[in-house]
Amino acid sequence: MTQPTPAQPMPAQPTPSQTVGPFFGYALPYADGSRVVPEWHPDAIRIHGRVLDAEGEPLPDALVEIWQTGPDGQVAASYGAFSRDGHDFTGFGRCATDAAGHYWFSTVKPGGAAPHIAVIVFARGLLRSLATRIYFPGEPGNAADPVLSDVPADRRDTLVAVREGDRSYGFDVHLQGEQETVFFGV
Amino acid sequence: MSDPHPPYLYPPYRSTPLRAPSQPLVVPKYGPDAIELSSPVFGHAELGLLDNDLTKQHAGEPLGERIVVTGRVLDSGGRPVPNTLVEIWQTNAAGRYIHLRDQHPAPLDPNFTGAGRCLTDADGRYRFVTIKPGAYPWRNHHNAWRPAHIHISVFGTALSQRLVTQMYFPGDPLFAYDPIFGSIPGEKARERLVARFDMDTTVPEWALAYQWDIVLGATPVED
Repeated sequence: MTQPTPAQPMPAQPTPSQTVGPFFGYALPYADGSRVVPEWHPDAIRIHGRVLDAEGEPLPDALVEIWQTGPDGQVAASYGAFSRDGHDFTGFGRCATDAAGHYWFSTVKPGGAAPHIAVIVFARGLLRSLATRIYFPGEPGNAADPVLSDVPADRRDTLVAVREGDRSYGFDVHLQGEQETVFFGV
Repeated sequence: MSDPHPPYLYPPYRSTPLRAPSQPLVVPKYGPDAIELSSPVFGHAELGLLDNDLTKQHAGEPLGERIVVTGRVLDSGGRPVPNTLVEIWQTNAAGRYIHLRDQHPAPLDPNFTGAGRCLTDADGRYRFVTIKPGAYPWRNHHNAWRPAHIHISVFGTALSQRLVTQMYFPGDPLFAYDPIFGSIPGEKARERLVARFDMDTTVPEWALAYQWDIVLGATPVED
């Protein structure tokens, strides 16, 4: 670590994770972080929900990030998530939960046989982040999705958003408890 | 490679028992897909020119000890990770966050917000100019104090590399009492969060310096 840049890269031990803590609110959230696409986009959907602890209490100090393909199923390579222009699709969203533990995103449904959105959750009390996925209800491709199929059948529903209307989906993240959300390791 | 990260459940850190998942993580047999093997990208055009200088965000100079913090973002093979977003946030010199919920009775500094960001260069290097943060009390247990630290967030090239952690300063007497630092298994792993005093990067008559490399986890394709 103290030497100048080595000529040959040497395998290195990963840097350990630490909690995001309670005081990221003035640093990580940014204007339009929730707007992966603007609400007036013709295909815009809303995905929202709460982050809840073992006792069902909402977390007012969690940070939710999403990362997804566009409707064409392609991974976005456009920057501009910090300065949304309402046009280029960046695929990235970031939303801090409010006092009621609520987060929301305006986005589009991703493409693919079993459309899904990758989610990362950070919070005070989480010494490392949690990764999960949001799938969509009623998708014929869900049954054959290799990742969803790997999840114990009685827990699969925790990964599927609840349809609340044409353009709105609910997805609560339960960190622990009877309805504990499935979280993924690599 | 052993897991360098803290467990989710670490009771000495009292916020963990109700928030740590109780079920083991599910590791999908067929691995992550294209979205999880990639990562959001950010461009220079959407960052401000002074975003990496936390001492220049207000009309005057902030109070405290000015420092330059540099290092590289590397992958687990030791290769630099260029053009990746690094975000930091921290207290001011008195140990107070500007966050509304921080009620520690230490002064706010009108010339210091304590948030910055930059993209790594072609060699994976990042550089921030800031103020050495202060220790502060918290309510985890009686007379609990956090060692001075800088929070840091890094993206990498795959979602599995996404890392949020904290950089500490060498020789802090509070290490032994801090359950967040202490949650990391093994002394060697804990040492990887401690920056090195870096005389070579100090700026005479102006700033001291610390150096700290960040090593991201393996991307699934590397294993």
